[in-house]
Amino acid sequence: MVELAQLIVGGLSAGTLYGLVALGIVLLYRSSRVLNFAHGDLATLAAFVGFTLLLRLQPPGFLPAPLQVRWQAFLPAAAGSLLVAALVGAAFYFVIIRPVKEATLLGRIVVTLGLALTVNGLVVLLWGADTKVFPFPLSDVRVYRLGGVVVSQLSLGLAAAGLVLVLLLYLLVQRTRVGLAMRAVAQDLAAAQALGIPSRRIFALTWGLAGALGAAAGILAAPVTLLTPFMMLDPFLKGFAAAVLGGMDSLPGAVLGGWLLGLVESLFAGYISFKFKTTLAFLIIILTLMLRPEGLLGREYRRRV
Amino acid sequence: MQRDLRERYEEDLALVRGAPAWLALVLALGGLAVLPWAAPGYVVFTAILVAVNSIIAVGLNLLTGYTGQISLGHAGFVAIGAYTAGLLMGRLGAPWWAAWPAAGLVAAAFGFLVGLPALRLTGPYLTIATLGFGIAVHQVLTNWEALSGGRMGLPVPPLAQWPAWLSAQQRLYYLAAASAVVLIWVAVNLTRSHVGRAFVALRDSDIAAEVVGVNLTRYKTLAFAVSAFYAGVAGALFAQALRHLEPQSFTLVESILYFAMIVIGGLGSIPGAVIGAAVLTVLPQQLTLLREWVPVIFGSAIILMMVAEPRGLYGRWLRIRLYFKTWPL
Repeated sequence: MVELAQLIVGGLSAGTLYGLVALGIVLLYRSSRVLNFAHGDLATLAAFVGFTLLLRLQPPGFLPAPLQVRWQAFLPAAAGSLLVAALVGAAFYFVIIRPVKEATLLGRIVVTLGLALTVNGLVVLLWGADTKVFPFPLSDVRVYRLGGVVVSQLSLGLAAAGLVLVLLLYLLVQRTRVGLAMRAVAQDLAAAQALGIPSRRIFALTWGLAGALGAAAGILAAPVTLLTPFMMLDPFLKGFAAAVLGGMDSLPGAVLGGWLLGLVESLFAGYISFKFKTTLAFLIIILTLMLRPEGLLGREYRRRV
Repeated sequence: MQRDLRERYEEDLALVRGAPAWLALVLALGGLAVLPWAAPGYVVFTAILVAVNSIIAVGLNLLTGYTGQISLGHAGFVAIGAYTAGLLMGRLGAPWWAAWPAAGLVAAAFGFLVGLPALRLTGPYLTIATLGFGIAVHQVLTNWEALSGGRMGLPVPPLAQWPAWLSAQQRLYYLAAASAVVLIWVAVNLTRSHVGRAFVALRDSDIAAEVVGVNLTRYKTLAFAVSAFYAGVAGALFAQALRHLEPQSFTLVESILYFAMIVIGGLGSIPGAVIGAAVLTVLPQQLTLLREWVPVIFGSAIILMMVAEPRGLYGRWLRIRLYFKTWPL
């Protein structure tokens, strides 16, 4: 029983990260039908930017080890990383996505693949391919016990940060004028433009927001996966699976899909096979696509051929 | 001035038209034949890799460029072909002329299976499904050690020892070059046949294609199966070239690289796929000084192609040729 509860807690904690990644993917897909394959690499870039900022903000003589980092240094570094990611995301939109001649679906997917390659290559060039420890003000050694279930300070903090971000995004999309404009552009571009919504700015904002969400996911993933140029590949693919499971055009679906995927994965790893844990995510993708292509909460019109 | 006036049906059917084209073809084939005698070993090895990647790229272009079905899991098909050939030759002692077609057929069977969900999925959903397939194949190979040999990898036995006056590398080179030439020739003919026209019709509008009587189920699964067959045969050749198989040779990065080949070379053109495969195979080996820059260069090249020249290097070449043909107009 305790083991089960432990697996559930672990699954939900991992699922929050998948949900965050999925949110960034869904946010873009819903508004512009662009499947952003560069999402994970942008998140990696942001995590590295945060790492460099953190080293600059710390007093001299500081060694990059967990617990040594102060909140006063960590929070501005994280904010700076989010800002950089948002600016890079918006720049992607203005410089590359808009001028693409071949604005077909294939063309846009190819362009984001090119972006993914370029950004990943740049990260390797600038920071090297070796593994770095991302200093984080929370510890994964200090644990809390809740009736036999062990929860580390780190995973608790990650889950809390994830929830806060999801809540903020919800408020932004559902309760503000900007969010209303974003939903309008996603629903019917021509009608939104006719009503005077500046669609280009809204698209750029969406790209920026997705970039910032990715950056947050990157920073939250970094203490667990350590800092490498390929650290976001696995969370990105899982986030993809979560987005498909929840529905590619549904924001609540992305969060739900993330938790479900985290749970199923954790239980599968605990009771059936640890080795095939990652394979499971793709089994879920393929099963979802075959049985219910629009996902659990998605509403996109499904075309039967 | 338009000189190639066709008077008979046979002339219209001919693949090679006129003396200059025949001369170019003979020179090209002759060049391929003497290459292993004239060039050092590493050039021959590169040529083998170019042949392997050309086969993969031509197959992928049949699927993506002609039929409009995106596959980001092609490394999965290549892996299936490579391991089928490796296991058949290594564990069952099968000769290459049996193992290689078998590798293609097994990959084609998987292609057919992946093509089945493609009947219901379009666009980004299909991309995700094929991506998932490619990664699942890699994961299964990594974890199923009885199949893949685990950490030690899977050794691939050498080719047959005849003819004895050729070195092992030369034997493989001739087989790879011959396979590439034959498979490219088949692909060119396929795109000119009713099957190729059905593929293009599917790509441009599947509803319109169905209305005029193209059987969607048959041609979509056929496109996947043919494309996977090419990847499988290429995988078998690749296994023979490496002589040692590891799952790490068939990751998402390879899938993206194959995709980059057809985008940079030219979507929907067979010469484009070959050009793209050659450029993306040779370039990283030549740019040893800029080794770290290779992913950045490839990524930027892909973006640049999509922004400036969606028809790829081959499209650019056609435009240059058109300019000189019609000069000074």
